[in-house]
Amino acid sequence: MEFPQPKAMATIQPIAGENEQHPDVALVERVRNGDVSAYDTLVRKYERQVFRIAQHITQNREDAEDVMQDAFLKAYEKLDQFQGNSKFYTWLVRIAVNESLMRLRKRRTGKMVSIDEDVETDEGNVPRDLADWAPDPEQNYTQAELAEILRKTIQGLPQGFRIVFVLRDVEGLSTEETAETLGLSVPAVKSRLLRARLQLRERLSRYFRRKKGGEK
Amino acid sequence: MTCSEFLALLDDLIDDSVSTDTRTELEKHLKGCEHCEVTFNTTRKTIEIYRSHEIYELPAGLRERLHSAIMARCKKGC
Ligand SMILES: [Zn+2]
Repeated sequence: MEFPQPKAMATIQPIAGENEQHPDVALVERVRNGDVSAYDTLVRKYERQVFRIAQHITQNREDAEDVMQDAFLKAYEKLDQFQGNSKFYTWLVRIAVNESLMRLRKRRTGKMVSIDEDVETDEGNVPRDLADWAPDPEQNYTQAELAEILRKTIQGLPQGFRIVFVLRDVEGLSTEETAETLGLSVPAVKSRLLRARLQLRERLSRYFRRKKGGEK
Repeated sequence: MTCSEFLALLDDLIDDSVSTDTRTELEKHLKGCEHCEVTFNTTRKTIEIYRSHEIYELPAGLRERLHSAIMARCKKGC
């Protein structure tokens, strides 16, 4: 099904139930009418997500902090371009992704940063580590150790896979929304998602596999 | 169903977007294939772990800085 594409930014599909207004839309309305506190509510609701996305893309805390600030300021300034029929969250995520990529380009001057470069790798396409995991494998590690393992593991993924995994599996965007946000086709998102999932699984297996001979 | 056919549908199975018929076939394969069963369970677990653990905590003070920046921007005209 084809939706008419109104303006450059908002080509995100309308949310289900045309007449049902998402609570965010009401908040956006209030901001437009001059109520800044409503924007604070939106910030509080999505600051973690925006910061996480920025961290995952830039892999740098200072950059992620700047990106978060820039993304929310930009969203604030562009609020009149936000179409009430799209989700505020996906609209915001798109701004955050763009800001993150811009920051990355600035940092790596001269070096092209692209999320749609085709990452050719056979790694993880076929599962190799077929050992089963311990029942609750994360419990063998402290919170800090586990966070470190998860960070290290996801940082090792190719950028184009990592963003797809983060948007789709961590931040909960649909396949279509992820495709729109990144300017990728739906099949491309699907293929990257599968490879991202399998590669992460493969790499985590090192830490989570059931150990032989009763060791813990 | 072969293992590669199973793997091609792994994501759809995880995301619960397969037809009842396909699901039945996939489940039949899972029962008889330990490799695919491990792959399926551990991939699902991988997603669950990433979803439920915050690996990048919001730095302290960032929210306040953002709030001041927005207020400053607002003074120039909301
Ligand atoms: Zn199999």
